Amino acid sequence: MKVKLLSGVATVAVLALALTGCGGGSSSGGTSAGGASDGGSAAAKTIKVGFAQTGSESGWRAANTKSMKEAFSKEKGFDLVFNAADNDPAAQIAAVRSFISQGVDAIVIAPIVSDGWDDVLKEAQSAKIPVILEDRTVSASPDLYAAWVGDDFKAEGETAGKWAASTLGTADTNMVVLEGTTGSAPANDRAEGFASAIAGTKIKTIASQTGDFTRDGGKKVMEGFLQKYGVKGINLVYAHNDDMALGAIEAIEAAGGKPGTDIKIVSIDAVRDGMQALIDGKINYIVECNPLLGDQAAELVKKVVAGEPVEKVQFAKDSAFDKDAAVAALPTRAY
Amino acid sequence: MARTVHHRLFWPVLSLLALVVLNAAVRPSFIRVAVRDGHLYGALVDILRQSAPLMMVALGMTLVIATRGIDLSVGAVMAVSGAVALTLIDRSADPGDVGTVIVAIAAGVGIGVVLGMWNGFLVTVLRVQPIVATLVLMLAGRGVALLVTGGFITTVVSPPLKFVASGYLLGLPFALFLSASAIAVVALVERRTALGLLTEAVGINPEASRLAGVRSRGIVFTAYVASGALAGLAGILYSSNIMAADANAAGEFIELYAILAVVLGRTSLLGGKFSIAGTVVGVLVIQTLQSTVLFLGVSSAQSPVFFAVVVAVVVLVQSPQLHSRVRRLSGRRRRAVPAPEKPARDVEVSA
Repeated sequence: MKVKLLSGVATVAVLALALTGCGGGSSSGGTSAGGASDGGSAAAKTIKVGFAQTGSESGWRAANTKSMKEAFSKEKGFDLVFNAADNDPAAQIAAVRSFISQGVDAIVIAPIVSDGWDDVLKEAQSAKIPVILEDRTVSASPDLYAAWVGDDFKAEGETAGKWAASTLGTADTNMVVLEGTTGSAPANDRAEGFASAIAGTKIKTIASQTGDFTRDGGKKVMEGFLQKYGVKGINLVYAHNDDMALGAIEAIEAAGGKPGTDIKIVSIDAVRDGMQALIDGKINYIVECNPLLGDQAAELVKKVVAGEPVEKVQFAKDSAFDKDAAVAALPTRAY
Repeated sequence: MARTVHHRLFWPVLSLLALVVLNAAVRPSFIRVAVRDGHLYGALVDILRQSAPLMMVALGMTLVIATRGIDLSVGAVMAVSGAVALTLIDRSADPGDVGTVIVAIAAGVGIGVVLGMWNGFLVTVLRVQPIVATLVLMLAGRGVALLVTGGFITTVVSPPLKFVASGYLLGLPFALFLSASAIAVVALVERRTALGLLTEAVGINPEASRLAGVRSRGIVFTAYVASGALAGLAGILYSSNIMAADANAAGEFIELYAILAVVLGRTSLLGGKFSIAGTVVGVLVIQTLQSTVLFLGVSSAQSPVFFAVVVAVVVLVQSPQLHSRVRRLSGRRRRAVPAPEKPARDVEVSA
């Protein structure tokens, strides 16, 4: 039976590879020429693009998929072959191989995991098909892909930190942090960016713990913090994503506090439920983690196929919202 | 005194008490219970309330393990149950209606029963190994939950649903009443009827009990159905706690924590004799340990190691092998002490 338990653990470990939220990946700098293409005068004719999506694990991902499908539409001069791998890395690599054998003009990948890409990327290179990475990155050599487009998690943390510093930094402020999944790129970079922005202010981090990017995690950790310090002992919550902030709101209300008033909340993502909480005054400030990467990715593909040089690393435009901006933005929000 | 020490639950309870004392020593506010807005409020109350979903799942797991089985699908069942219940509430005309919520909860638990029957069918009729049979649902269940919610986190506003996990009755969390009733029902059915004895018989030796006329198939089937129903209820509690159906995160890894709780409660993974009280203590040890991580301020990066070390120590402390070794060592030193009686049946402890 020990063996049974062990193999159960192994199975779960494999499943744990499926990442949640705004996916991770470290970015590598530098500029290089775009990958060559045998497309020739590609701008004139339809560009056939294979897109290997991770799956459909979150609202963020759904918005990302929609944005990509719209940007690579027929009207815009693309012929999109779409594949969602349900967070199975092997299936995703198989999808990319099938794109290569179909002879597409370019491949866009939102890698599920960062490792194990060397072989298939080399195959694409020898078939002279340029590869563009979207959202997450890979550990393979940067020579093997043309460019990467995604969100700048560190800048997101910085924007959130700047808001905190300017609104609360002059008075003594006790802050608790709800971290994302330990070791993930968004959690690391958002913590780093925020810390650099509040350095030298009177904001003090009294506790920091992972809530695994989930509502339940955010609520449990916040309940613990509230038991430890009381509603009066905490002035500010920095949540690495909206879901944890939404969990923290539940915990603060259960403890008899008023989220957004007694305890200020700043978070990152700007998903619909988070924006609603911002409008309701329960969250004070949200920095966007933009899933609408489609247009930027399509632009990149066009340039790369035409043989034009592109920036190797491209960051999405992330905006930030306070209550009034959220009221204005929510009706037209795509996610 | 000796009888207390030799009681099956002496070491698990001692571990639980040690954790509470450790927390209280570091921060006395841990054991403070205040009355706020007419209900009890404090870290210990939080632990009892938060433990409700794991308690349900672990009770079901205890029964399944007693039949020599294992149910890996409980987390996925939680996700499906929460997704079904919240989608029903979300689509209803009046999400705040008590009747709607009751129907939704019944649907959630009902789907848990159906999924439990599926597991039971695979194990008893098709004779699939329990770990493989329940693995099917563990892998597929979350996909079903995602289909139900359309890939999004379904958020609802419904005061009656919120009451299930966050409400108070007679000054105590309502969730506590739910888990207490679950414990009471399982304990009564298993211990006040012959079912518990028959379950243990099936777990100890399926063939012998079959030859003795025990209908093992029905007993094993029932255990999986009970596990499914309890996991369904746990899924409702989880969703009610965050007022959202999170198909990806609901009940993630809970199957492993439930197995851990069962083992900490000294039920053997080899099946047979089981202890419901032991599982209850095991769940409380795990929940208290999770609060301890927060109360001691262990950093996120270190907390899994901290958790693992404490669990390893707790498991070691209650290992009969270790006890007999310690006794042999001290016995060698003090010849006058008579040899200790051998434990009736060695309890396998898997760390």
